[in-house]
Amino acid sequence: MSTARLGVPRWAVAVAVLAAAFVGVPLAAMLGRADLGNFPAELASPAARDALWLSLRTSLSATVLCVLLGTPLALVLARGGSGWWLSVLRALVLIPLVLPPVVGGLALLYTFGRRGLLGHYLELAGISVAFSTTAVVLAQTFVSLPFLVLGLDGALRSVGERYDAAAATLGARPSFVFTRVTLPLIRPALVTGAILAFARSLGEFGATLTFAGSLQGVTRTLPLEIFLRRETDPAGAVALSLVLVVIAAAVIALARPSRGW
Amino acid sequence: MSRSVLTEAAPADLVVQVALAGRIEADFAVPAGQTVAVVGPNGAGKSSLLALLAGLIEPDTGQIRLGPRTLTADRPHTWVPPHARRVALLSQDPLLFPHLDVADNVGFAPRAGGDSKRRARERALAWLRRLELEEFAGRAPSTLSGGQAARVALARALAADPELILLDEPMAAVDAAQRPTLRQSLREALRDRTALVVTHDLLDVALLADQVLVIEAGRVTEFAPCARFLEAPRSEFGATLTGLNLVRGRWNGRAVVRADGIAVAGEATAAVPVGADAVALFRPNTVSVFTERPSGSLRTLLSLTVESIDPYGDRVRLRAGGLSADITPAAAAELALDVGATVHLGVKATEVAVHPA
Repeated sequence: MSTARLGVPRWAVAVAVLAAAFVGVPLAAMLGRADLGNFPAELASPAARDALWLSLRTSLSATVLCVLLGTPLALVLARGGSGWWLSVLRALVLIPLVLPPVVGGLALLYTFGRRGLLGHYLELAGISVAFSTTAVVLAQTFVSLPFLVLGLDGALRSVGERYDAAAATLGARPSFVFTRVTLPLIRPALVTGAILAFARSLGEFGATLTFAGSLQGVTRTLPLEIFLRRETDPAGAVALSLVLVVIAAAVIALARPSRGW
Repeated sequence: MSRSVLTEAAPADLVVQVALAGRIEADFAVPAGQTVAVVGPNGAGKSSLLALLAGLIEPDTGQIRLGPRTLTADRPHTWVPPHARRVALLSQDPLLFPHLDVADNVGFAPRAGGDSKRRARERALAWLRRLELEEFAGRAPSTLSGGQAARVALARALAADPELILLDEPMAAVDAAQRPTLRQSLREALRDRTALVVTHDLLDVALLADQVLVIEAGRVTEFAPCARFLEAPRSEFGATLTGLNLVRGRWNGRAVVRADGIAVAGEATAAVPVGADAVALFRPNTVSVFTERPSGSLRTLLSLTVESIDPYGDRVRLRAGGLSADITPAAAAELALDVGATVHLGVKATEVAVHPA
């Protein structure tokens, strides 16, 4: 689909160039500081390898958790009717999106921490969550969940319930309808949502630091490692940052739907 | 043991007694195996009725029974969910699942009912063969024409082995050229099945239905055997659909007198007692049109205001006071009528059939 050749105001083009430069120049500036010859050595350091491996592992786990928890949540939001409690639920789901991640980390600490609401009981059962790799995954899931839920909620609304109704009148139970009709119809949105959740998890910093700490190989993810290195080893910080830029670019290439954005 | 893969449920009778505020109020029964055409103006409540039967919406009060089973009732509260009703609903849009090929679409209901993948496919192919759609088995729904998609949707519904089939304007999304094939498929499919078909097409009524249910403004205004409906409808919409003029009033022995004083003389069918509510029916091509009041033997002469003048086949249809008159173009030119003019419509008593209301 091509747009009509109506032309764009010149001032808009000028501002657009400025905006693009605002995003592009800092990236280029960082690239300019990179010591490409020393790159392999920087990435090969145990601390860097640990951080990268931990980030990938935890982000993937968080993505799986987001899909498992977020899909039914989106289904309830989109199809649950029009009760007041749904408005409350919708607002609740959005909160991690607008909340400073540090605050999210604190909230998680007061829930799963040693003396937290649930952590207290988990501790009695011999399970310690805070400052563990599990805590990293929980922090990432907390901040990433809205990305998946919002996308799926929108997709479910645009697909509508007509196919589901047709399936039901053909004798399919709600679970069968969900797995054989609803899910396949929203699969593109599910893939996009999962990739976005993965990207958000990968970049997670504030909630992780607050709730999980910064322990090499256990809770020190790539963003934490970069932050720690920026004074002692700027070249290493830049090298690791570039790894994140490459992953981000790959995510955009994968997640951007064919139509428009 | 060889069981046919094409199982067919014994048809069940349908009893409907429902009310849903602002949408529909209906009380009727359909004998097992009969097809009922549901007609009425847009927004009259036809689709709501189908949604109630399919279990997609719940009535405020009333009950729906299908064979020995109660699908919906308020006392004691009974609610059979859509998937357990064995009521198939085909909407205007075929709604074939876009991620499944034609055979898997038709095999959807058998799969949902617990059939193995292989057996579901077998049954799907058998139904496709039956409707002469075999060649499309491996096709994606998006590659089908409207008529093909509609027939696949029919095959998919039949494969669910429903006790009641609901069709909501099955021809609406289909090209005129493909309608005869689809209509033939429907005729065969609906034979000996209990079914409700919403339609705006008199041909569908004539070819598919045993009975006709007219819904106007959320109420059933007529429920009659098809032949009787086509010949002598009792409802305003029925008259519009069949192209007849209908005047509703009281039979005084000579004429049907409407509340506003308009009287149409006619000949009563034996069953109309004097003083009873009755309808007078007459064809637009039996109505004579005059600009000056004629002297003569016409017992019915109505002075009315012209509402519209439109071409109608090789005739001209004049509408005045809610009645139609078909005249030749030559006569129309001679009369030189305009909308808003006063005309006198005459009809011979022998052309007016009076039926009990």
